[in-house]
Amino acid sequence: MPTTTSTPASTPSPKVNRIGLPATDYRGAKTTLCAGCGHNAISERIIDACFEMGIDPHRFVKLSGIGCSSKAPTYFLGRSFGFNSVHGRMPSIATGAVLANRTLQALGVSGDGDTASIGLGQFIHLMRRNLPLIYIIEDNGVYGLTKGQFSATADLGAKQKSGVINELPALDTCALAVLSGATFVARSFSGDKKQLTAILKAALAHRGTVMIDVISPCVTFNDHEGSTKSYKYVLEHEEALQEVSFVPAFDDIAVDYDPGTTLDVTMHDGSHLRLRKLAQDFDPSNGQQALDVLTAAHQSGEVLTGVFYLDTTKPDFVQQLGLVGEPLAHLPEAVVRPPRAVLDEVMASLL
Amino acid sequence: MSTSTLDRDLAPAPAPASLLNDFSIQVATVNGSGSQSSNLVLLHTLFQMGIPISGKNLFPSNIAGLPTWYTIRASRRGYIGRKKEIDFLIALNPDTCRDDVQGLEAGASVIYDEPLKLSALRSDLTYYPVPFDKLVAPVCPVAKLRKLVRNMIYVGVAAHLTCMEMPEVERALRRQFKTKPKAADLNWAAIQAGYSFAREQFPQPDRCQLQRMDGTRGQIVIEGNAAGALGCLFAGVTVVGWYPITPSSSLCEYLIEYLKRYRRTPGGEATFACVQAEDELAACGMVLGAGWMGARAVTSTSGPGISLMSEFVGLGYYAEIPAVIFDIQRVGPSTGLPTRTAQGDLSFVATLSHGDTRHLVLLPGTVQECFDCGVAAFDLAERFQTPVFVLSDLDLGMNHWMSPPFTYPEKPMDRGKVLTAEDLRRLKGDWGRYRDVDGDGIGYRTLPGTDHPAAAFFTRGSGHNADAKYSEKGADYIANMDRLRRKWEGAREHLPAPLLEHDSSSGVGVIAYGSTHHGMVEALDQMREETDLDCAYLRVRAWPFARSVAEFVRRCQRVYVVDQNRDGQMYHLLLADLGPELGARLRSVRQYSGLPVDARSLSDAIRAQEAAARPLK
Repeated sequence: MPTTTSTPASTPSPKVNRIGLPATDYRGAKTTLCAGCGHNAISERIIDACFEMGIDPHRFVKLSGIGCSSKAPTYFLGRSFGFNSVHGRMPSIATGAVLANRTLQALGVSGDGDTASIGLGQFIHLMRRNLPLIYIIEDNGVYGLTKGQFSATADLGAKQKSGVINELPALDTCALAVLSGATFVARSFSGDKKQLTAILKAALAHRGTVMIDVISPCVTFNDHEGSTKSYKYVLEHEEALQEVSFVPAFDDIAVDYDPGTTLDVTMHDGSHLRLRKLAQDFDPSNGQQALDVLTAAHQSGEVLTGVFYLDTTKPDFVQQLGLVGEPLAHLPEAVVRPPRAVLDEVMASLL
Repeated sequence: MSTSTLDRDLAPAPAPASLLNDFSIQVATVNGSGSQSSNLVLLHTLFQMGIPISGKNLFPSNIAGLPTWYTIRASRRGYIGRKKEIDFLIALNPDTCRDDVQGLEAGASVIYDEPLKLSALRSDLTYYPVPFDKLVAPVCPVAKLRKLVRNMIYVGVAAHLTCMEMPEVERALRRQFKTKPKAADLNWAAIQAGYSFAREQFPQPDRCQLQRMDGTRGQIVIEGNAAGALGCLFAGVTVVGWYPITPSSSLCEYLIEYLKRYRRTPGGEATFACVQAEDELAACGMVLGAGWMGARAVTSTSGPGISLMSEFVGLGYYAEIPAVIFDIQRVGPSTGLPTRTAQGDLSFVATLSHGDTRHLVLLPGTVQECFDCGVAAFDLAERFQTPVFVLSDLDLGMNHWMSPPFTYPEKPMDRGKVLTAEDLRRLKGDWGRYRDVDGDGIGYRTLPGTDHPAAAFFTRGSGHNADAKYSEKGADYIANMDRLRRKWEGAREHLPAPLLEHDSSSGVGVIAYGSTHHGMVEALDQMREETDLDCAYLRVRAWPFARSVAEFVRRCQRVYVVDQNRDGQMYHLLLADLGPELGARLRSVRQYSGLPVDARSLSDAIRAQEAAARPLK
């Protein structure tokens, strides 16, 4: 079979997940991105999160736009259907796909160019509809495939490899997502394994639009002195808003937490997202506070990470449209083609 | 090639002095003044009297205050295309009334608002001055409603002058205001006021006369966009992504109405999803996403939207995703004349998007075909795994057309080549998305969610091989592109077949398509009756062309190809398809004023070229 790269089942693999699949079943094709690219680390975290959460690869779809980031879906979950669409337009493909089959879990991968420039309109409208979808921006501040031009998330004053200074302010995709109506908004760092995995698992437990901006350094075009998206810069300036941990619903181990310092959020599937307070008091159900901390971080040059906004009560787009439980794509003719009497009725009204 | 019969001689010829059941009424008003209700009452009255009608709205791209004209044609012979001459004018727009009157042929009649003082303009017309404000005041005491009721006065005046049956006028009115009986009463009073006034003031009937006949029995009146929407409904559409644009919006609006009414489960859940997208790019993306997932999805737009969709359409073509796209054409380029009609998108749509592309394009010519193409487009899209276009236009889509009732689709839905988990088990997982197993260029696809380890594949607009793997190899690219071309060639005989509407041994033929059909039918009669030129007529209903198109041209010495665009787009598609030898028999006839084509302009244009081609007898 040519469409999967997973290891044959004959390999002895004692470690399987809760649905009996080995971790190798969550891997994809060999990456063609640069060695050390942050995007590869994100793919690994997606693999980890899906494996640990026991996601059924057949019930999972991965979509992307165009760019280095958008190549990534080929490199994880090789047993899942993938769709590498056109530049900046993945949200609309995802919208049609999710509405056509509400029973599948969908993950979209985009980049900062794909999202914040050419795709900004579709990005905002996706958030606005709260489509059940995990939307990941693999954010490195530059266009990699076209050799290092600034993207719209590049910070003011950041230096390009060629020495050019960025004179325009960055668009904050997290702030845009909060303003536009996404119900789960977070930022993480490709190098922060623990935080990113926890956020991804919580994302898999959420019904609604999850927007995760992952700072993911481009080792080839944006990892130099003067860049604000380099490994060095992010490691030196990352400020975590909370310590993020995730307790899945199927895990019946009770982990104690201190309600005075830790916020416990029950997710749609009964899992728990735990946010332990670090430097400041923060209420992720308050969108205004999210915008405030994001603005402050921009002013101080910090790379603020964590869960900025979470609303587990807002109906998602599928619920808003009142769709039937079965996938629209699979409804039989008897359901979707009205009977002859309906045509007769309409014709009679036009006589 | 199939043959359709045209039965147009529905009534005896009228007395020469009068235009019995054969004239056009034009109502010239200001848009936003609510005249559409009055016009529809007139239209339905005639229809109920058994007189074949058509109704055409010529409107501005504006909400209120600009001139608008509604033309109702009565035709005892059943012609429903536009008539060039206006026989009966109702002039209510102070800004255009002088031009409207000057444009009439001698002998025409004019109802006008008395203060406009139009009778001094010309002495060769029949005038009916009517004091609208004076008449409306007593029947409508509430001053703010008068503007809306005022237009009903002309219904009453015209009803008297042309001998409409008043019970039918009332029936048409009550139908129009079905849900608002109070408004119906008020408007009926206005009609009666106009009628009584006219009966006293103008005892002589006009030369435009109506008389009950039997030309509409069993027929319906519908707009093409409503027909197209019904087609989608009965095709089992489940996902609709759209963005408002004139003249296409009403298709999706009708569709949403129908879906809400007829496509809910007993528990009230929707078996459809309709999304008003942020733009046409997103609308097209939603359709492709849904099509990839296995749903029947549609969008409807017009020229500017088609331009925006072109990138996604290329993806749909290359990644082979079913999609149905209605293009209700308007006049381009750019914003063009957004409320006028054209067939100007044909060659653009045929090969929409960059690189080598060839799409399947359906060309409905009647409202019945808007319905039929609506149904067929989804079967074709899934069978050929590709975007399918339905090219209608503003004339067909937004105007009122008489038609036989639509027929319920007899064939079960064709969902195309889809492999299930069971199929994959039988194949032991050995399959490739773009392998040409059957030799018809059409691969097998699996739908996301198929529960088999080998089911998944990666869909992409970048280069890929037969197993859907990324590939930049020249050989893979060529194999793929050649297969796509084979697939397209194979569609020729599966699309709506050309119709031989009229046969003749004269050696002179006509090819037309789309809304031109209605003017063409009448133009053929004019040429036959007035100059003994009997043209065979083939109506093309899809691209790529069936082989019978070449057979038709081969049987003729000259074939006039009629386009509603400047450059003869159908002519050029035919030329490319037929090659230089047969193509040399083609002559291009083009009409592109933005108005629906009329028979007279067509017959004049064909006769002029024909006269140059052969000496007149």
